[in-house]
Amino acid sequence: MDEFILIFRHEDGSKIASPEQMQVWMQQTMDWIAGISAQNKFVSGTGLPFENARVVKPKGVVTDGPFGEIKETIGGFITVKADSVDEAVEFAKGCPVLLGDGNSVEVRKIAKGDGVH
Amino acid sequence: MEQPQLIPHLFRTEYSKITAVLCKFFGADRIEIAEDIASDTFLTAAQTWAMKGVPQNPVAWLYHVAQNKAKNYLKRDALFENKISSELKRSGQAFDEFEVDLSPQNISDSQLQMMFAICHPAISAEAQIGLSLRILCGFGIEEIADAFLTNKETINKRLQRAKQKLREEKIKIEFPGLPEIDERLTAVLTTIYLLFNEGYYSVSSDQTFRKELCLEAMRLCYLLIENEFTNRPQVNALLSLMCFHASRFEARMDKNGELILYNEQDSELWNKELIDKGKYFLNCASTGQTLSRYHLEAAIAYWNTHQADSKEKWENILQLYNQLLQLEYSPIAALNRTYAFSKANGRKEAIIEAEKLKLDENHFYFALLGELYTGIDNSKAKENIEKAFVLAKTRSDKLIIQRKLNHLISGISI
Repeated sequence: MDEFILIFRHEDGSKIASPEQMQVWMQQTMDWIAGISAQNKFVSGTGLPFENARVVKPKGVVTDGPFGEIKETIGGFITVKADSVDEAVEFAKGCPVLLGDGNSVEVRKIAKGDGVH
Repeated sequence: MEQPQLIPHLFRTEYSKITAVLCKFFGADRIEIAEDIASDTFLTAAQTWAMKGVPQNPVAWLYHVAQNKAKNYLKRDALFENKISSELKRSGQAFDEFEVDLSPQNISDSQLQMMFAICHPAISAEAQIGLSLRILCGFGIEEIADAFLTNKETINKRLQRAKQKLREEKIKIEFPGLPEIDERLTAVLTTIYLLFNEGYYSVSSDQTFRKELCLEAMRLCYLLIENEFTNRPQVNALLSLMCFHASRFEARMDKNGELILYNEQDSELWNKELIDKGKYFLNCASTGQTLSRYHLEAAIAYWNTHQADSKEKWENILQLYNQLLQLEYSPIAALNRTYAFSKANGRKEAIIEAEKLKLDENHFYFALLGELYTGIDNSKAKENIEKAFVLAKTRSDKLIIQRKLNHLISGISI
């Protein structure tokens, strides 16, 4: 069994949502994660708020951000256990982030350090 | 009743508190910042809770995050470096100790002071209502736009102009001085009553929203009562009045959202608890020397909690309308007074009184004349009701008038 990371990319993280939309989104995310947990395939996850966010560049340049500089922002990620990348992709397909146009979920295998990678 | 959903529920109760405290903290010239931070706090909550679960004390969590966001904003903000921080240094307050105070006391003080700032005489009534809905009640731009039957852009522009005005006039978020309290309070009460009426008589068809609007107006009024400084008789009178009106909320609409007239309402559906509260606050209002319009209107509303006609009821209501008209004339009060007059003294005499009013643009005027003439001179009754129908603007008004006309034609007395 391998571990995969599912990274949520938002095209526009600055869109203001109504409280009702937030509630729906939160509930969907909870349900989605619970569905993966119920199969004992959920490892961990977190949201990534924009507070205290910085972008560090060469020569010691540090900016607040990432605001407006890049087209996409990362809103959070979870890691799951899966037998194959295809299984991880099936999990990713249920991610509520995908209900937003232009958003995407990137699926990447986590290196095990077993010499294979 | 359905369990309210967590985030919309918290948004409704906490957004306005956080915004008011932050407005007070940053000053009236930076209301947008306060609003942004408050909105952002809820977004962070949704993001974090989705992954980590809802914390045990969500409100404390929100306050904590809002405090941090405010601090971070200050750190980032260059203006702070130049202006506020030097003031802070002068006052001997170290930056790290600088806390956004979200204690219950400061929340209610900030909300009250915000109310006085928004209801400043320099700001137009329309803008006052918009700002109150957004900042004091936490309604969404879309909901506000729906209530006014307009679009989001119009509301946004209106709010921006109002905020601009707050900046230009350098309006401070603070309690007015004692000498001007009554005058400023009058403006605040007018806005609260307008908010309430917006919900009670709104053209918007969204019943849940309308009810919430009324409840918010009552909550703001109650905030004033809770504070020793603003707990004046006229404030209690206004709350009493709103309680009496709100007691009929369930009875005045049918399943399709159509208005049910007072006489046809099932008084079993009137909310007894609210009627009792209305009586309680009317009692509380009965101190001091001044008799405000709210005292009179609350007393009228009290008599209207007795559905059955009685000589006593209508004579009392008539006297109250007489006083109200002397205090503050309005066409609707003049019409209501005439209706009370007909109930107390008979329709023939009331027709003479009514025809003196000459409210030729007002559909209620012709509807009343139509009603008074019914059974006395049915052709005149029909003529007047038809005029009322032409002048009525809203669908629900037209519907009610149409019903009266149908009754008249089919020979059933109203």
